[in-house]
Formats: sequence, structure tokens, C-alpha cells
Amino acid sequence: MSAISIDTVLQVALSGLLMGLIYALVAAGLSLIFGLMDVVNFAHGELLMLAMYATFFLNLWFGLDPLILLPVVAAIMFALGVAIYRGLISRALGVQFNRGMVQIFVTFGLAIFIRGAAQLAFGGDFRSVGTSWLANRTADLHGIYVPLPQLAASAVCLVAFAGLFALGRTEFGRALQATREDRDAVALIGIDRDRIFAIGWGLGAAAVGVAGTMLVGFYYVSPNVGANFALIAYVTVALGGFGNLMGALVAGILIGEVEAVTAQVLEPSLKQVGMFAIYLVVLMVRPRGLFGKL
Amino acid sequence: MPSDGKIGGKSDGTLGGRSDGTLGGRSDGGKAGEILRLDNVSASYRGLKALQGVSLAVEAGEIVAVVGANGAGKSTLLRTIAGQVAMEGTVMFDGQSLARVPPHQVTRRGVGLVPEGRRLFPRLSVEDNLRLGAYTRRGPDRFAPLAQVFELFPRLGERLSQRAETLSGGEQQMLAIGRALMTQPRLLMLDEPSQGIAPKLVDDILAAVGRIRDLGVTILLVEQRLAESLELANRAYVLQTGRVVMSGPAADIARDDGVRRAYLGL
Repeated sequence: MSAISIDTVLQVALSGLLMGLIYALVAAGLSLIFGLMDVVNFAHGELLMLAMYATFFLNLWFGLDPLILLPVVAAIMFALGVAIYRGLISRALGVQFNRGMVQIFVTFGLAIFIRGAAQLAFGGDFRSVGTSWLANRTADLHGIYVPLPQLAASAVCLVAFAGLFALGRTEFGRALQATREDRDAVALIGIDRDRIFAIGWGLGAAAVGVAGTMLVGFYYVSPNVGANFALIAYVTVALGGFGNLMGALVAGILIGEVEAVTAQVLEPSLKQVGMFAIYLVVLMVRPRGLFGKL
Repeated sequence: MPSDGKIGGKSDGTLGGRSDGTLGGRSDGGKAGEILRLDNVSASYRGLKALQGVSLAVEAGEIVAVVGANGAGKSTLLRTIAGQVAMEGTVMFDGQSLARVPPHQVTRRGVGLVPEGRRLFPRLSVEDNLRLGAYTRRGPDRFAPLAQVFELFPRLGERLSQRAETLSGGEQQMLAIGRALMTQPRLLMLDEPSQGIAPKLVDDILAAVGRIRDLGVTILLVEQRLAESLELANRAYVLQTGRVVMSGPAADIARDDGVRRAYLGL
């Protein structure tokens, strides 16, 4: 193998970091919901896909840049998350028999429904945003090329993470943590756990919505786009530790880096091999994940 | 009902505080001073009839003890009032029915419960546990009861940054009572507050229960230590297999031969 230049190393490291931050934010939404109520949202990838389509169509109709559309799509996704909780999940939590399986099948069924509906409504074509300030623009940092859409996406993801961490330090964040520790005991202090759960779903969907909005700037959207990202998100959450936000951030970046290095050293089509190899090792050595608590 | 205490019936955000200036005040024409009334309440717990036709009344400002053997339905009684157990019959608090009111709303209406096992938030600090007690309250004085909680339980003030799970059993009980007081209840229900606690701290906690009552919060007490709880209480109800078999002034119950034989081993 020929020697690898320092520029190549930096280029690979930067690509991994940029993609890893997006993986991290997608995983953060999943982790938040799981940490709060022990429900794995199998429709998480489909929420990402919906956010990407929402951005695509709003961009198409109004010609607004995804960066401008960010709060709009996040708000739409928040409302959708709340609606999914109120309409489906709260009912699944209320069943008296086989609750765990019911929760799995409800979100799994929702995923299939959303994907099928998207196929029907939008067709199977791959689409990308037509107008964007950052489209096809690249910054040259002393020979290291940084695509601006990716750079902006990862910067937005970092800001979103900062927001989530800041939220955790507020009184509402404490209420989230209390609900997570003992969902029944919060009634003893007058907290409506259903409201907290609904907001948790809203926040989880908004987080994936932010990731989707930025992703559509450099990634084609199609009804099946969520599946790959969802798979990576599940691995990220398990690797970082279920329900741990910092774990999602670190694991997301780690997976982005491993993927970039694997693509460089082996070949791009094998880029996920390294990620799954590390995941299997962590599962064997530390099943609760890097930051998970027993 | 004391008129000089800081807790109860105040508009300054202190414990039990209500803007109408009455402690356990009624909003309709129920019996004067009556804050809680149960009529013919039945409830099942885990498939068993835990309460059968229970009727009781609690006057504002008193301590009412509920005594009985294990499995008599004492805890189910408190959980039923708190809205955690489906029931038949009537539960009136402050003149309003609590039927089908969800548990968090029961708390917001002024009924605090310190459950068996305490149910603290173990990984949150003592301060966070206490402050969360005031989560649903609004206004600048929402944290005012903190001062009174620290007065009742000075140990909590010394352990503010400690995680709840690192406290001793007695301290956890103090924290659970403190957290409930932060919701500014007019009725505080305590389920076995002495359970799993060192004897020295049991005395402190029972003494604190008396002081909470003196500050104007009505108390419904379920306690295994019969002699101490009857000494503390104004009135008592004896439960047996889900039914009230005796009620009256606590001193009379404590003197009853049947009760002394059955529960005090005398």
C-alpha cells in the first residue's frame, strides 16, 4: 500500500467528523425517546425521510433555503412526534397484555405505513433540493476540501446538541430526567407523565427533523432513505449507551470516522464493515455501550 | 387549626398555602372543617378486593391514623385517594369529587402522598428532588416552602448536592416528605414513614409529622408503629381485611382491649 499523505488523513478525518455529527443527531432523537420511556422507535428513519421530503417540497414551492426552513421543519416534526405519541404510542403503553411486543409492532407498523405512503405520494424517484445557497460549494482549507453543505449540516447538528444539553440543565430537563427515572412517581409531584412523554417524542422527532433538513442539502431523498440512517442510528445508540445523549454524540462521531477510514482503506462500498465490526466488539466487551449505566 | 404557623392557609407561598387564606378550606357546603370524606369506597388491587365499603372523614388540621394488620388495605386506601387505584364509591376532597381524577391532578389539587418505598428520583440531587416538588406551581413564592422543609429536616440542607440514592433510609424519608411538602399540600398522606429506618430517626420523623400538622397541614397517617402513631393522631380508623372495623379518638382506640391484643401484643 502506498504511503498516505497527511492531507489525505485530515481529509478523511474531517469527512468522518462531518458525517458523524449528522449520525449523532439522528441517533440523539432515538436515544432521547428510548431513554425517556424504554420504547425503541422503529419508525425513526422514516421520520428522517419525512423531514427530508418536507424540506424538499417547501424548497420547491417557496424557493427558500434549507437553512431558512430549519425551524419550520423542526416545528412540523415536533408536532408530528407529539401526534404519534398521542395517537399511537400512548395507546400502546396502555395495553395490559404483551406491552413490549405491542410497542415494537406499533412503531414497526408505523415505519412500513409511512414508507408505503411516501412511495405512493412521492414516487420512488431520488430527489434533491433545487436551490440552496451552499449547493456545490466547497471551502479549500490549505488543500483540504470541505463541502459547505456538509460543514453547515454538522455545525447545525452541533448547535442542536448544545440546545439539547442546555435543555437538560433546565427545570424541564430535570422533569424529563425524573420521568425517566420513575415514570409513575412524577404524579406525586403533580407532573403529567403523558405530557412529558409527548414532548419527549416531539423533541426526538424535531432532532431528527433538523438532521433531515440539513441532510437534504447534499443527500438524495427517496422513500427508502431512512432505512440506512436508521440502522446506523440504532448502532450509534447501542454503541453510545441507550438513552445517553453524550454517548450518542461520541458514538456518532466515532462511527463517522470509522466509516470514512474504512471507505478510504478498503473501498467505499465496504464503508459500513468497520462500523459493524466495532459495534460487535463493543457488544461483546461492554454490552451496555460506551456511556451506558447499569 | 393553628393560626400562627407559617405552613398552611397562607397566600405567601408557604406550605399548604392557598390564596383564599383558609387551610383545608371548603368550596361547597360540606361539613364544616371536613377536608376529606370517603363514602362506601371499594377497590381491587392485583385482582383482590382490597377495600370494601370503606367510609371515613378527615377534619382539616388533624392527624388521622389508619391502623391494621398487613394486608388490611391501608396502603391501597392511600393509593385510592391519590387516584392510583380504580375504585367504586365516593371520594370527596375539599368538597370536590376525586373520582376518575388522574394522580397528577390529585396532587395538584392539594393531596400529597409519601408512598411506601418513598419513590424518590435516585440519580437526581436532594435539591433537584425538592425543587421538582414545586414544578407545577407558579409564582415567585413557589420555592418558599424550602425554608420550612430545611427547618423540619436540617439534614437535607446539609446534603443538597448529594444524589438521593446516596442518602440513608431515614434521610430519604425526610426527602420524600420534603418533596411532598414542596407541592404545598393541604392533605399529606404518609404511608409507613418509619419503615426501614433507624429507631433514632423514626422519632425525629414522627416528631416532624406532628410539627407539620401544627403548621396547618392535615395528615392521614398509615404507620406500623401503632403505639406511636396513636399517640400522635387525633383520631384513628382500624382496617381489617379491607373494612373499617373501628374508628374514634386515637386515645380511645389505643385503650381498646381488642386493639391492644391484636396489634400491640398486650
